[in-house]
Amino acid sequence: MVTRGFSSGRKPPTDTDARIPPGQYLEQGFPVLSAGPTPRVRTEDWSFTLKHGPRPIKKWNWAEFNALPLSRMTRDIHCVTAWTKFDTAWQGVLIDDILADAGIEAPTAFTLAHSFDGYATNVPAKDLVAGKAMVALLYEGKPITPDHGGPARLLVPHLYFWKSAKWLNGLQFTERDEPGFWELRGYHIYGDPWREQRYTGDP
Amino acid sequence: MSEASAAQSPWQTAKIIRIEKRTPRVTSFFFKLSRPFVHQAGQHVDVRLTAPDGYQARRSYSIASAPESGGTIELAIERLEDGEVSPFFHEVAAVGDEIELRGPLGGHFVWSDKDGGPLLLVGGGSGVVPLMAMVRHRTARKSSVPTALVFSARIWDEVIFRDELINLDDRRNGFDLVLTLTREAARRPEDYSRRIDAQMMMQSMARLPEPPRLAFVCGSNAFVSAAAQALIDADVPADLIRTERYGV
Ligand SMILES: Cc1cc2nc3c(=O)[nH]c(=O)nc-3n(C[C@H](O)[C@H](O)[C@H](O)COP(=O)(O)OP(=O)(O)OC[C@H]3O[C@@H](n4cnc5c(N)ncnc54)[C@H](O)[C@@H]3O)c2cc1C
Repeated sequence: MVTRGFSSGRKPPTDTDARIPPGQYLEQGFPVLSAGPTPRVRTEDWSFTLKHGPRPIKKWNWAEFNALPLSRMTRDIHCVTAWTKFDTAWQGVLIDDILADAGIEAPTAFTLAHSFDGYATNVPAKDLVAGKAMVALLYEGKPITPDHGGPARLLVPHLYFWKSAKWLNGLQFTERDEPGFWELRGYHIYGDPWREQRYTGDP
Repeated sequence: MSEASAAQSPWQTAKIIRIEKRTPRVTSFFFKLSRPFVHQAGQHVDVRLTAPDGYQARRSYSIASAPESGGTIELAIERLEDGEVSPFFHEVAAVGDEIELRGPLGGHFVWSDKDGGPLLLVGGGSGVVPLMAMVRHRTARKSSVPTALVFSARIWDEVIFRDELINLDDRRNGFDLVLTLTREAARRPEDYSRRIDAQMMMQSMARLPEPPRLAFVCGSNAFVSAAAQALIDADVPADLIRTERYGV
């Protein structure tokens, strides 16, 4: 339906079209979204636990985690509130390298990423491996600020950005696809921006 | 809905039936829904505008009206200079226009009288909109849940819903309004003229019979960060605080 009197003045140049998923617009800043106040997690208190169901597989403290191989990912990110930001530059530890350090391969097809504030989000294991995702420690070369999920956040750039859980403290493999915090509150179980899977029930 | 495959909140057209200027920068648009829904206070809709060449812009707007308002919803939209969607509403949209929207959306920043209280609401600028829906819901339900609304605006004339809020405050039925003006002197004895801080939060909470069981904070990102920190500094447990950030 064409809206009376609305014109495409802000339409992005066509060379960027192919990078902007449906219903998204290009943002130069970096807005912040979260469900509650920003937790201040000190690196002394930080840890990351890998679990299979209730069973811990391995736990790293900040120094141990930072000793894992560091990789770079420069990716476009897409927030469900409709902004897209190009070429965000992150450094962190690939999920592949975390699993390798624990000496395992993904034991189930599903995961829940957990955060210090109690938030959790579900991501299929196949979306985390093969270089697709990392636990990010640096943004544009600097420690990630608490606003943006520091000290460490998940980065799964090919899904809507709420899947990239802030203030990450663990990854848990689950037998079933278990909805996380936002997924229980009306947001899509998978969240592919290219298929516009914003809300529960979107195809 | 009959088809299990259909989205929970499909796009629908809604007709603008009334436009009301609230403040110099905020105007309310009342929409008649073609597919009526009942929202929860605090939820939002997504609005999408489509140009003749197919280009679309989409933004989220909180619902200002109470769930009890049946078939019509009010959106209160602040005009942002150089924005894309909000100036369209202020300059182009007219009564009778049809706009596409979907909703209700969001399941975290919501309150119903059944959730109880005491309730602490903290809003900055247009961030008061979803809190207004909560206040109106409380009134429509004749709820006695003790509620304090701390509302920060730049000046007196930018206090959105001012007359309605002051009237509710005057009823003295458990709803307390605290205004804080950041660029003007306070007008009422209970009001402040500074940015929100922990002391103001403590004094506002003292108006409630007991500490709040739920706190909702909404506004720009900078406002929400500062106000949530002020609540934490005023010893409100972090897990009682729910936030909604309008972006940059
Ligand atoms: C859940 C939710 C609920 C919301 N509820 C409300 C509400 O009830 N009321 C309300 O008023 N708002 C609300 N918002 C905010 C709303 O969604 C929009 O972000 C807001 O209206 C601005 O949209 P816009 O298209 O006018 O501005 P945008 O085009 O998005 O621009 C926003 C700002 O960035 C600047 N800007 C952006 N792009 C450019 C560019 N290319 N060049 C220069 N400057 C640029 C503009 O100057 C402007 O000030 C809500 C947001 C969320 C997430």
